[in-house]
Amino acid sequence: MNDVFQLSVIAGILTSAIRLATPYLYAAIGETFSQRSGVLNLGVDGIMLLSAYASFYVVLNTSSIWLGLLAAIVVGLLMGLLMSFVSVTLKAEQGISGIGLYMFGLGLSSLLFKITIGTVKTVTGFQPVKIPLLGNIPVIGEIFFNHSLLVYGAFLLVPVAWWILEKTTWGLRIKSVGQNPAAADSLGVNVDRVRYVSVCIGAMLAGIAGASLSISLLNLFQDNLTAGQGFIAVALVYFGGWKPVGILWGALLFSTVNAFQLWMQVLGVNIPSDVAIMLPYLLTIAALAVTINRVRQPAALNKPFERGES
Amino acid sequence: MFKRLIVVMVLLALLVTACAKPTPTAAPMTEVPATEAVVTEAPTEAPTAEPAKTFRVAVVMPSAVTDMAFSQSMYNALLAVQAEMGGEAAMEIKYSEGMFKVPDAAAAVRDYASQGFDVVIAHGSQYGSSVQEIAPDFPDVTFAWGTDVNTFGMPNVYAYTAAAEEGGYINGVLAAMLTKSKIIGVTGPVEVGDAKTYIDGFTQGVAAIDPTITVSKTWTGSFSDVALMTEAAKTHIAAGADILTGSSQSVVGSIGAAKDTGKVLWFGTQQDQASLAPELVVASQVYDWIGMVKEIIAQHLAGTLGGKTYILQLKNDGLKIAFNPLYALPADVLAAGQKAIEDIKTGKITVTP
Repeated sequence: MNDVFQLSVIAGILTSAIRLATPYLYAAIGETFSQRSGVLNLGVDGIMLLSAYASFYVVLNTSSIWLGLLAAIVVGLLMGLLMSFVSVTLKAEQGISGIGLYMFGLGLSSLLFKITIGTVKTVTGFQPVKIPLLGNIPVIGEIFFNHSLLVYGAFLLVPVAWWILEKTTWGLRIKSVGQNPAAADSLGVNVDRVRYVSVCIGAMLAGIAGASLSISLLNLFQDNLTAGQGFIAVALVYFGGWKPVGILWGALLFSTVNAFQLWMQVLGVNIPSDVAIMLPYLLTIAALAVTINRVRQPAALNKPFERGES
Repeated sequence: MFKRLIVVMVLLALLVTACAKPTPTAAPMTEVPATEAVVTEAPTEAPTAEPAKTFRVAVVMPSAVTDMAFSQSMYNALLAVQAEMGGEAAMEIKYSEGMFKVPDAAAAVRDYASQGFDVVIAHGSQYGSSVQEIAPDFPDVTFAWGTDVNTFGMPNVYAYTAAAEEGGYINGVLAAMLTKSKIIGVTGPVEVGDAKTYIDGFTQGVAAIDPTITVSKTWTGSFSDVALMTEAAKTHIAAGADILTGSSQSVVGSIGAAKDTGKVLWFGTQQDQASLAPELVVASQVYDWIGMVKEIIAQHLAGTLGGKTYILQLKNDGLKIAFNPLYALPADVLAAGQKAIEDIKTGKITVTP
């Protein structure tokens, strides 16, 4: 009896962790593309918010989850174009413009929500889809193979992003632009174009991250729905050493500890709630302190590229 | 290079303000009162003016006025009082919402006070020190803040709070009679204020019916983290809970999680939450600030600007239990709930906060 109980708790923690990791994976892997090309986009949270709103609004009015997802991607793209215009074409300080983008997304999403929806409503978003056969395996099936499509998508993104970055010419271009834009430029790579595309890919993924909250995991929208998840995603990029697999581990660590502390509270384990809430952050900071490898940071990160300079 | 940076900053600033302007509340900034000042400065010159003067109330709140919880309960009360007093001509309401940053809220409170509003309400227990600092500078303005009981001994400060434990107790009694799994989940935000007292009361109500029922509690450490609140609710459900309750504006996530299962029941507080899941919300404790707001206004007109603490209770009709008419509550459970309400009103049952 006790064993079954324990197994069910572990299964519960892992199921929760996988759900919780989803928005972080989209946003952090998106941010990896951006940072690998040399652009620090701190506006992820703002993009997530605006896309979360857009997809929620579309699903509320059309009942089509796919149109909702499309809306999130389009809004992400527009925000990405704005960020690239400011940081690549106008060569603004990236950190500051990212914060600006965040505040823009936060303000605009709250404003639009107020005008067009006004109060808390819920929609029917992406539902859990049980994968045939695999989903029927006891315990394992419940943990890994009974989630919504956006959850599967987030985990599939890890190998896809790895493949793009490590195995394609396009990935090589992104990395070279982020490492040494002058050299890439001299070899005929269009630095600005690569950065534009990378930032936009990142922003579209941030958009999907937002949609994964508003039309899949929570199925509602509220002011400041993300509560800062976009910033944690940026931290995860550093944690993961700018590598998709590293980000996967980081996101899973953070989410698992978070799910663990929730379960500890539910089971009435006698620890102060404040300590439980701090746990995921403490552990992440500790892990970061031990594992960080600054050498991997793209050399040209946060540096606007000007032809002929240096 | 540097010039470009400036151009960009200006551009961004324009963008942000452009979309913040239509509703002052879009971004958590303090431009709102400033723009208001331009429009309404003239008539406020003489604070003790003629009888036809519009009574002006401003409120600063941490979340949105449509949050289905704490902020909305106050906003709805103000609207009701406004309607009763004769509409916008008789009473003007200005609000700043989304003021989760205390310095922003403090700036808004000061702006409203300096614009000559008659009553400025700081609707958040985190705003206490701001009110304490600002109120002495504006001796003609009534300040009200909550939820707390401390008026700082100032003659122009009211404090207000809700005896949330009372409604919590009622919800607990009802929940204890409805649970089949004997496990009830509580999704709390931060272990302070009315969130804590509501949950303490709820636990006492459950124990009064059946002490063997497990009431497990989670805290997310945030009033607004909907994602974590949702996951906390899902965790309770996975652990076997068939009834959930909780407090703060982030419980919309918990209600969503209950709704996903189609059978887990919900008990609300602060605001009637039945519309969020009409089949699953059994009852909600509703904060009714109307009586208090009316009294504060009447007192202000009579020359008393503060110095008192208001406590919403069942017996003064500040707290009400809204039974969801769409949920078929068994007659014996309803009767037990109503008996508990009467017993608290008459003092037969005391709930410790």
